[in-house]
Amino acid sequence: MRSLRTNKTLRTNVITYAVVVAAFVLFQCLGSAGVLSSTMKGQLVPICAYVLMALSLNLTVGILGELSLGHAGFMSVGAFAGAVTASAMQDSVPSSALRLTVAVLVGAVLAAIVGVLIGIPVLRLNGDYLAIVTLAFGEIIKSIVNNLYIGMDANGLHASFLNNTIVLGEGGRMILSGPMGVPGIKKTATFAAGFILILIALFVIFNLVNSRAGRAIMALRDNRIAAESVGINVTKYKLMAFVISAAIAGAGGALYGQAQNAIIATKFDFNTSILILVFVVLGGMGNMLGSILAAALLTVLPELLRSLNDYRMLIYAIVLILMMLFNSAPAMIQWREQMTEKLRKTFGEERKEG
Amino acid sequence: MLTFLNHLINGISLGSVYAIIALGYTMVYGIAKMLNFAHGDIIMVGAYICFFAVSTFGLPPIVGVLLAMVVCTVLGMVIERLAYKPLRSAPSLAVLITAIGVSYFLQNAAQLLWTSNPKIFPSFLVVTQQNADGTQTVKSGIQFAGGQLSVSYATLITIAVCVVIMLVLTWFTEHTKMGQAIQACSEDKGAAQLMGINVNTTISLTFAIGSALAAIAGVLLCSAYPTLVPTTGSMPGIKAFTAAVFGGIGSIPGALLGGILLGVIEIFAKAYISTQLSDAIVFAVLIVVLLVRPTGLLGKQIREKV
Repeated sequence: MRSLRTNKTLRTNVITYAVVVAAFVLFQCLGSAGVLSSTMKGQLVPICAYVLMALSLNLTVGILGELSLGHAGFMSVGAFAGAVTASAMQDSVPSSALRLTVAVLVGAVLAAIVGVLIGIPVLRLNGDYLAIVTLAFGEIIKSIVNNLYIGMDANGLHASFLNNTIVLGEGGRMILSGPMGVPGIKKTATFAAGFILILIALFVIFNLVNSRAGRAIMALRDNRIAAESVGINVTKYKLMAFVISAAIAGAGGALYGQAQNAIIATKFDFNTSILILVFVVLGGMGNMLGSILAAALLTVLPELLRSLNDYRMLIYAIVLILMMLFNSAPAMIQWREQMTEKLRKTFGEERKEG
Repeated sequence: MLTFLNHLINGISLGSVYAIIALGYTMVYGIAKMLNFAHGDIIMVGAYICFFAVSTFGLPPIVGVLLAMVVCTVLGMVIERLAYKPLRSAPSLAVLITAIGVSYFLQNAAQLLWTSNPKIFPSFLVVTQQNADGTQTVKSGIQFAGGQLSVSYATLITIAVCVVIMLVLTWFTEHTKMGQAIQACSEDKGAAQLMGINVNTTISLTFAIGSALAAIAGVLLCSAYPTLVPTTGSMPGIKAFTAAVFGGIGSIPGALLGGILLGVIEIFAKAYISTQLSDAIVFAVLIVVLLVRPTGLLGKQIREKV
């Protein structure tokens, strides 16, 4: 207990785990008690997927300190790799949990490989130029997946690019058909699986941040030149953070894909990347708990506003702007500090009187 | 050869639109160091205003364009005042997210006001010719080489407008007090303020100019691609932003060069390689250029001092 009080990082980590576990138990209970509406139940796994995406991007933006505008690209790689894997195993592997596990693993590994390929050129740039190149890679991934065809028959998987030239044998079927995406996915993702993935992601991120490598990464974020001059290998550590982030995003994408009836490439576009960035910035950069809460709240918010029909996205936009102003405007920050000071004074005096 | 020429002209025309949009991005970035993601949606608002002025109220096209410019200018300044100014000294990512919020707001407001049904933008860039026998023929372009090469008036006017805007803007930033104030603020806000420049007014002015240009770009874009929906501005917005980075963000000639190159590459990729992959090719070229020249084609290389 003593170490909990003195070690601030450890305390934050424990609180984060506790909130995640509590939220899982709460929603499981609500779900079995039948309080949750069916739309809310359907939202649970996508929320987990978006939480994973937010954690992943927070590693890139908050810990590594580089802005990525193409994170939906990794999500796309994970989602399609996972969906194709799960679909290919559909007949041979009866256990849906095993299919999901393999799908998530394949999604994460493939996204990590793409992360290495993109990371090597991208991480040489800085600031806004890096951001625009990640945006470009996101759009390229979208275009490639949009023109990819994968089919399966007795001889195994067949793939073609741009035009569907696949000739399938007896009993074969198309899994991924270009702009049509992957239709008819047999859903394998469950809320519990999402919960376990979030815990794993948190474990990986917290361990990375508290390790020697994590400190090197944060040193690079705070001052690249100073870090370089004490012998920190810039490319190695930047790439390490970026690839881990890509792998988590791939896992999140695979989970997301396994919770949908069908996925198409255009779903994972620039707007999705931006949505994930909004979670991270609103939750606080480098703050994992903040990312989790922001991702969950902002995914549910449009659902909660559904009664407002046409106005809901308008209100969403206004809420977003106001939250940013409230959180980041220097005038607002000053005002908030004054208010807390005032509150503390009043309460302090009351306590004295009492 | 003629088809090549035709593609080239179309590419330059599309590139001119990108260049005009990219100017808005680049000027605002230069002075406020922020990526104004709502810029693409101001294009859309401009196009809608012009559409309603011309189709619903029957105003002459030129009045429609001027009206769109006025509305967009005011809109740009109001957005700057309400959403960006309070965040002037906040971290740049906070301003970026706010700009995205503004972009969502404009798109959804447009959807509520004007529905998501596509509007077909009128092609008012045509010439009605009085024939000798009293009949009228409507011409939408000029034919060269015995009709093998046809260039529409919309294309010609787009290129001409882009050239004029570039010349005026270069003159404005180099030779007027206000333009020099913009340059001074881009370089060093603190020093500019000490020289008696009102930084806030100057930033406001930059947003006003950028938004007025966005209105023109919106009208030109919709003359070439006449389907108008609330999300019309987002993809050209992203492409123009890419163009601005391509040419070196913060540089006005860079925006022109980047915009035109991007337009030409896009049309050539569509014509000679693959329609589906044209966007991917455009972005791949951008990546290659940035890897070779990390600050864009005409961007300033700033040495980092330790």
